[in-house]
Amino acid sequence: MFGSVRKCVNSCFVNTYIVLRNAKLHTRPDFTKNNFNVTRGYYNTLEENHIQFFYQLLGEQRVIVNVSDLERYNVDWFRHLRGNSSIVLRPKTTEEVSHILSFCNQNRLAVCPQGGNTSMVGASVPIFDEIVINTDLMNEIISLDDTSGVLVCQAGCILENLNNYVNKKDLMIPLDLGAKGSCHIGGNVSTNAGGLRLLRYGNLHGNVLGLEVVKADGEILDCLNTLKKDNTGYHLKHLFIGSEGTLGFVTKVAIQCPPKPKSINLAFLGLQTYEKVLKAYKLAKHSLGEILSAVEVMDTPTMQLVNEHLHLPSPIGDYPFYLIIETSGSNEKHDLEKLNTFLDLSLVKHFVLNGTVTSEPSKCQAIWNIRERIPEAFHKDGYVFLYDVTLPLQNYYTLVKEIREYMGNKAHRVFGFGHLGDGNLHLQITVKKYSPEIKSFIEPYIFEKVIEMNGSISAEHGIGFLKAKYLHLAKSNAAINLMQDLKDVLDPKGILNPYKVLPRE
Amino acid sequence: MARVLVGVKRVIDYAVKIRVKPDKKGVVTDGVKHSMNPFDEIAVEEAVRMKEKKLVSEIIAVSCGPVQSQEVIRTALAMGVDKGIHVEVSGPEYETLQPIHVSKILAKIAQNEKVDLVIVGKQAIDDDSNQTAQMTAAVLDWPQATFASKIEKGDKELTVTREVDGGLETIKCKIPAVISADLRLNEPRYATLPNIMKAKKKPITKVTPKDLGVDISPRIEILSVEDPPVRQAGVILPDVDALVTKLKEGGHVP
Repeated sequence: MFGSVRKCVNSCFVNTYIVLRNAKLHTRPDFTKNNFNVTRGYYNTLEENHIQFFYQLLGEQRVIVNVSDLERYNVDWFRHLRGNSSIVLRPKTTEEVSHILSFCNQNRLAVCPQGGNTSMVGASVPIFDEIVINTDLMNEIISLDDTSGVLVCQAGCILENLNNYVNKKDLMIPLDLGAKGSCHIGGNVSTNAGGLRLLRYGNLHGNVLGLEVVKADGEILDCLNTLKKDNTGYHLKHLFIGSEGTLGFVTKVAIQCPPKPKSINLAFLGLQTYEKVLKAYKLAKHSLGEILSAVEVMDTPTMQLVNEHLHLPSPIGDYPFYLIIETSGSNEKHDLEKLNTFLDLSLVKHFVLNGTVTSEPSKCQAIWNIRERIPEAFHKDGYVFLYDVTLPLQNYYTLVKEIREYMGNKAHRVFGFGHLGDGNLHLQITVKKYSPEIKSFIEPYIFEKVIEMNGSISAEHGIGFLKAKYLHLAKSNAAINLMQDLKDVLDPKGILNPYKVLPRE
Repeated sequence: MARVLVGVKRVIDYAVKIRVKPDKKGVVTDGVKHSMNPFDEIAVEEAVRMKEKKLVSEIIAVSCGPVQSQEVIRTALAMGVDKGIHVEVSGPEYETLQPIHVSKILAKIAQNEKVDLVIVGKQAIDDDSNQTAQMTAAVLDWPQATFASKIEKGDKELTVTREVDGGLETIKCKIPAVISADLRLNEPRYATLPNIMKAKKKPITKVTPKDLGVDISPRIEILSVEDPPVRQAGVILPDVDALVTKLKEGGHVP
């Protein structure tokens, strides 16, 4: 069968981050509370009678108290943060979540809502001893209407599984990111995740039609609308999209799925300068217009990182910049014609030096791997400071050059890649060894630079724990005060995901 | 310098999920993405590298199949092959086309084109036959170096390292010869834009098996094509005694 080649090549196609989570269990990050200037909030501590309540509610199988089992819930994906939670709860239903939150609210116990634990900013791990409420077992698909394209499912469904499910009806989830093999849709919604195809399908505020949310006091808020148009009162769901679990616990999601494209083409291009990258991008937008579905950029140090640590070579040789341009459409012949016109023109105008183009699924996967697996290489390069910023396109790469110069030989590697189409840059600084001095050398300098360039200090990763102290750089006092007011209304005791998003006093 | 013939087959792309047709006579191919058999890509790459080292003067790619097989020949041309020959076989005749037929076709073309080396992938990922190279060598009465993971070409002979069950075997054989490419022979290149452009101007000649005097009447009849049986769920047993009981009950142990 097809087994022979697939087995040989499949080892490269690892889409989940779970492989890496187990790779370095011997390097324990120290407790977050020891490494950061943060004080535990005014919450009660877990007592025996609390544990008994949870056992009664969920059964012993769905309450985790064993220290070594707790590891993967307490430590974040990058292994930079370690919480001190002594209990993880795994509810299956909205009612169970409601009972849990009602109990925790009454007993002033802090909780940390958790999905796939793939947050890049420490939003998904406890900071102290917050009770982790994990959605692993809330993974039922409730309904799919293949005419309207509306999918309704529980918050704990893994993104990739949802996509595979709707693919069977020729639909697709309008969201795609590298963590798809591990992340939960509830987490995606709570963080307003962006990803590779935001350029084409828009963000979750547009695609999520409805939510079911459990409030801090346990009340179930049913806003699970499945209609495209419903202007009936305040659109409450938007409060929960992007508030990172601090205003409510998302338990069900209704999401609009577009049709799966019949024809996908991928071009991998090599360019001389960033100016040429922008010219090629502008040409792509105009020539490919409605079929353009992704535009990603990578610089040379990023490609070198991938060559060195993941042994994935560049398909076209070495160039200063690389562009990945994807088209998705309903007619292969038409799309290929448009794409070839664009490629011919960009070669003739000397925007592009070289490139390859394909519509073969296996080659598309191989090329996407080069971009999607970049984070897997971080660990192997040293300690990585990562930044996810939006910048006006003119300044997109200027920041990388400036930071590279600023760091000098303090850094092992400064590299940038990202969703060029959205102006979203992922900038990383690797150092051989972490030190608080290096950290304070970089932050807040880099954030101040981003604000200076009229950018956003967090494009899609959110604020979480790590960027809460910089929120005042991004939003006015009036805005932050209103956020705090909303938080006080929805979660007066502050039990939902404390220490995250809003700055600590 | 030697002349090389490379056999390339159009198969369903290995990243695509295969579906059995409702009539159980085959797999769904309509509207499904196809590409060059990965082992044939490796064969093409090896030929192109030999040409770059000036060991080979001309490379001809041959594909047997429906009109869409020309796409696969175009890919080979974009990788550096000089010209292509499309042997048109379509419809029910294509369903029953077997290595026994293809080997005769390749052998005839090899003779017509006066080639010194025939390189093909070790097997196609749709039928896993692993017969074409061997049969072609037999028809031509040429030596065969199969499962090649390293090829050194001399003037009159080849030194080939083969991947075999016991490890690696190195053999020498005279040229002309037939080689089948194994996975570790090389890493095929991507066709780059300038070469894709150049390839559009390279010639592809069309012939039929009849033109070559090869009879492709079916030698097999496909009775049915089915999905592999669904894997039964396992059972977790509490202890060894329960395991032994289960084994005895199932008649696996006396």
